[in-house]
Amino acid sequence: MQMLLALIIGLVLFFIMGLASRAVMRTLAPSHLMPTFRDMPLTASFGIAVILIYLVVSLLAPVLAPFGESEVVGGQYLPWASPYHLGTDKLGRDMLTRLVYGARNTVGIAFATTALAFGVGTILGIWAALVGGWLDQTLSRMVDALMSIPALIFSLLLLTIFGTSVLSLILVIAAVDATRVYRLARSVAQGIVVMDYIEAARLRGEGMWRLIWREILPNAMAPLVAEFGLRFCFVFLAISALSFLGLGIKPPTADWGSMVRENATLITFGDVTPLLPAGAIALLTVAVNFVVDWQLHRASGLKE
Amino acid sequence: MNEIWRMIGRRLLLGLLTLFMISLVIFGATELLPGDLARELLGQSATEETLAALREQLGLNDPAPVRYWNWLTAALQGDFGVSMATKRPIADLVGARLGNTLFLALYAAALAVPVSLTLGVLAALWRNSIFDRASNALALTAISFPEFFVAYILVLFLAQSGLFPSMVRITGSTTFGNQLYMSFLPALTLTLVVSAHMMRMTRAAIINLLASPYIEMARLKGMSPLRVVLRHAVPNALAPIINVVALNLAYLITGVVVVEVVFVYPGLGQLMVDAVSNRDIAVVQAIALIFAAAYVLLNLLADVLSTLSNPRLMHQR
Repeated sequence: MQMLLALIIGLVLFFIMGLASRAVMRTLAPSHLMPTFRDMPLTASFGIAVILIYLVVSLLAPVLAPFGESEVVGGQYLPWASPYHLGTDKLGRDMLTRLVYGARNTVGIAFATTALAFGVGTILGIWAALVGGWLDQTLSRMVDALMSIPALIFSLLLLTIFGTSVLSLILVIAAVDATRVYRLARSVAQGIVVMDYIEAARLRGEGMWRLIWREILPNAMAPLVAEFGLRFCFVFLAISALSFLGLGIKPPTADWGSMVRENATLITFGDVTPLLPAGAIALLTVAVNFVVDWQLHRASGLKE
Repeated sequence: MNEIWRMIGRRLLLGLLTLFMISLVIFGATELLPGDLARELLGQSATEETLAALREQLGLNDPAPVRYWNWLTAALQGDFGVSMATKRPIADLVGARLGNTLFLALYAAALAVPVSLTLGVLAALWRNSIFDRASNALALTAISFPEFFVAYILVLFLAQSGLFPSMVRITGSTTFGNQLYMSFLPALTLTLVVSAHMMRMTRAAIINLLASPYIEMARLKGMSPLRVVLRHAVPNALAPIINVVALNLAYLITGVVVVEVVFVYPGLGQLMVDAVSNRDIAVVQAIALIFAAAYVLLNLLADVLSTLSNPRLMHQR
């Protein structure tokens, strides 16, 4: 019964948010972008709305949160009642406050990690495709060796060696994910470096950096942007999983993965509070996946 | 027949080479540390004597190739050394838990493979129907959920009412039926996580084939749609399906880590997480090697099976 009710409320919210955000985007979109938004499926407009909400919440966290990030405000595990709208956690910190700050910390760290992985992976991949020969062979074989170990297992191994801190978490996940980005960037760039205009740019005497930055990257952007969305989901899930295992972002920093871990005991008593941070993670990944799905569909030119 | 054995032999050699590379990476990862591993493990306050003792215990005084050789030959004989945290032989720690983890992975596979293949075939058969769209949307959603979210939702709905236990305690006297019952929730979690991907890929592989002329021929002969899919499309879609099944079984091997922690399941994943937080490097290396070997073996098996299912793959250059 309870489950059915939650499902119905969820579906209604989904439709309202999707329709509303589509209507808003249609009125606000500049005229040359109009066709893009006109045929947007409901899932995609819902996804964009959710991503925007997360963005606003994470930027305005100190304004929106009723209490301080790690401020102990009351007894432990208080029920949902004013002034603690979502209750309190194991140490008596306000759940809502920590959820809001979690948006900033968890999403921010995941975004920084993805950006780092993309920077390193893309530049190395294009560089390898551009130079070719032994450099390409060395880098690609190294990446092959690293990719033959499951990502989670390899991250755990690296975290043992470098210790578990936020900085090493970012570096380790970025390093593991950069191998996947490298593969894609290299294969995309390989199709571009054989084109005539690259030949012309080389003859004109353009340097390596300029070739990568000005000639190849702009033309490799479309598949890389879609991949960025997918990678972000993987990185976000990986970081949350590691934080959940107690090996990622450490308390007192508010973070969704470790919040689930800290309050998990409540679930066995039928309290849904610990599911909220987990649901927040799931909602964002679903939203990003919806948008990426739409973009891929558009880019591939498929029309059912 | 000879051709097949030669192909299998070649793949096996390649697999061994990959395993060798993996062992190099797993061992070499400790060399990445700019400073001294002993100091890193013991912290800044360690005295010179304890540092020297730990270096002696880990064999850090030998050159790297010698240490690698000793580690690898011992590991191949099942001797992974001694855990730094518990001082017990790693082989003892790993032994019983390896069986439990394999049991959980096989259990989940036995649930997930038939379900997702059936759903995939049905979705392809009734494509663009309500069933197809709903199962597709559900699959996309399930892929995006973190494992612990799925696990805790199941606990909330199935364990809280006392239907299934939310913690798994396996002792020597646990009967097989009881073990199946106790590990049902972790297995179901893993099933939900992996079957979405398998279902989508099965559907895509079959729909891809349905556009080919020989399928149209079969349809024009007046065959029923179910027979067209089962008799004509599925055998030719076997190669990609086998690949995606193996990929997901390989994923199961690593996916167990989070699920084992949620359900306090006495398996390798739990042991690995404990070892990582204790920075027990020898244990982590041993488990990483086992997981990676299982991963490589499954991929190898998929490669051989999909080649056997499609003779055209045997002669590609």
